[in-house]
Amino acid sequence: MEEKIQKHIDLFKEKPGGLLPLMHAIQDDIGYIPKDYYELIGKSFSLSVAEVHGFVSFYHHFRTNPSGKHIIQICKAESCQAMGVNKLIDHIKSSLEIDFHETSKDKMFTLEPVYCLGNCACSPAMMIDDEVYGRIDNDKFDQIIKEWK
Amino acid sequence: MITIYVPQDSTSLSLGANRVAEKISAEAKKRNIEINLKRNGSRGLFWLEPMLEVEVNKKRIAYGPVMPEDVEGLFDAEFFLGKTHQKSLGVTEEIAWLKNQERLTFKRVGITEPLSVEDYEKYDGFSGLRKAINLKPQEIVNAVTESGLRGRGGAAFPTGIKWQTVLDTKADQKYIVCNADEGDSGTFSDRMIMENDPFVLIEGMIIAGLGVGANHGYIYLRSEYPHALKILNEAIKILEGKNFLGENILGSGKSFYLEVRRAAGAYICGEETSLLESLEGKRGLVRYKPPLPAIEGLFGKPTVVNNVISLATIPIILSKGSKYYADFGVGRSKGTLPIQLAGNLKNTGLIEKAFGITLTELLYDFGGGSASGKKIKAAQVGGPLGAFVPESQFDVPLDYERYAELNAVVGHGGIVAFDEDTNMADMARYSFEFCTIESCGKCTPCRIGSTRGVEVIDKIKAKTDVEKNTILLKSLCDTMVNGSLCAMGGMTPFPVMSALKYFPADFGVETENIDI
Repeated sequence: MEEKIQKHIDLFKEKPGGLLPLMHAIQDDIGYIPKDYYELIGKSFSLSVAEVHGFVSFYHHFRTNPSGKHIIQICKAESCQAMGVNKLIDHIKSSLEIDFHETSKDKMFTLEPVYCLGNCACSPAMMIDDEVYGRIDNDKFDQIIKEWK
Repeated sequence: MITIYVPQDSTSLSLGANRVAEKISAEAKKRNIEINLKRNGSRGLFWLEPMLEVEVNKKRIAYGPVMPEDVEGLFDAEFFLGKTHQKSLGVTEEIAWLKNQERLTFKRVGITEPLSVEDYEKYDGFSGLRKAINLKPQEIVNAVTESGLRGRGGAAFPTGIKWQTVLDTKADQKYIVCNADEGDSGTFSDRMIMENDPFVLIEGMIIAGLGVGANHGYIYLRSEYPHALKILNEAIKILEGKNFLGENILGSGKSFYLEVRRAAGAYICGEETSLLESLEGKRGLVRYKPPLPAIEGLFGKPTVVNNVISLATIPIILSKGSKYYADFGVGRSKGTLPIQLAGNLKNTGLIEKAFGITLTELLYDFGGGSASGKKIKAAQVGGPLGAFVPESQFDVPLDYERYAELNAVVGHGGIVAFDEDTNMADMARYSFEFCTIESCGKCTPCRIGSTRGVEVIDKIKAKTDVEKNTILLKSLCDTMVNGSLCAMGGMTPFPVMSALKYFPADFGVETENIDI
């Protein structure tokens, strides 16, 4: 793990503002940003562990624990609310038996809220990993989830 | 050869466009029909997506919405010859939604293949840049100033003045930063440009670089747009290969280097100074102004920070002239605005129109009324920090100044419609809740005020000291408007106060007793 992270650090430490793309690279590779390596990262960027923590915790996209195999992001913003997303969220939570920021028992899905996917013309919208879906209702959700299992 | 177009932007993909494309290829093969399948951008008629088009006698005929199971029937009806089918929409350009628009920034969107330089140039692409290369920096900036273009991200600050400040500031390094952190809910015009016509944004950024003397650009792109990320990176590679980017652009002696940086899900990073902090690799805390980013911006250097639409509008201003652009619009709101219709509407999508159109025209003529068939109660204009506009104001022309008089904003042109089942007190509570989640935490009115706001609305809704708490809510909003460092805390009260003012019954507030 340390070797992996060091490799990413070496790629970004000289880049202006490199901390942001570095964190993306680590999360894309490992799936999360392990706190144990804050010190290692900090050393290359002249930052304290607290500062690295402050950076990572500021951004909703970054996680410090492993997620499920797939991440479901469901949009909670106004347009999706206008099209009944809150009821859909109840359905999703009960069918996956998880709340937001939690991972299903089979480790397949982590559920996250998101505030707009830019698919507002086809609300309610959700994204599984990098796949966007529009005009979701309970049945469509169940069908999509089957395809991902 | 038969040419068939199936869009490939995120929204079309979210409705199954890839499966439709696969089915068309398979069906054509089965029937031994030779086709040329093109993946264009979306025209923005999203209620009709996936909308496919066939080119017949140099005209495009549209069909939609097409599901994979419709494809066989379409072939049976010989849609590839433009023949009619249940899903026929006629000649694309004649569809009222498109015909009644004034597409300037979006002129190529949906027509071309996003990554085809040949398509791009066929429809005037790079004609703005080719002109700009032969102009002096001051002449480029003058063209932008005279066009009357104002920041389309929401703040509506005159783009030319921003550029002039950067041009006038002497420095060894300057930057062009494109704000592509399109976090405002109900908006997707930036995404559409980036996915459907990425070269126009890049051309605009290169012209900006030539105008102010900057040789390095960044596109700060929200992480929720993976498809746009892929397309932008490919577009940059293609243009580097053709010497539109990099050293000595088209032999002009000028250079411009461009890079995409992925954001990380913080709404506040759409605020320009917070965005700059984030680009510098820090927490996205809002900066005090002054100094203006135009004087001390990215890494302390003079920086143009412009929204995607503002930058994507530059090429047409240079190519057709400032007067051409300024002749659209009303009053001090010159040009066109890409409007995004979303929420509870029958017809949703993108409409580029000159300023001055009304919500009545947008919600009913274009939008076709609510999707639920119920009465439209209100529309939120300009994203999550924009006011809820009640029906009584639907006839006010969409124009920066007229909306300011209503205590509303045009913002980034997003319009979300709500039907009569919506409780506006719930929406107001949500506005505060959103602010608690997305506040950067630097200033107290926003950080603490948002949490107190949620609590006060909960008390009002629970009928606890309604009169006292309503007065408190108003006072809290006043503090946030006047005491916050940026628009996050400063404008969250807009939706809240408009909800209270126009829909007091939803809060259980009786207006005879309380002055709202």
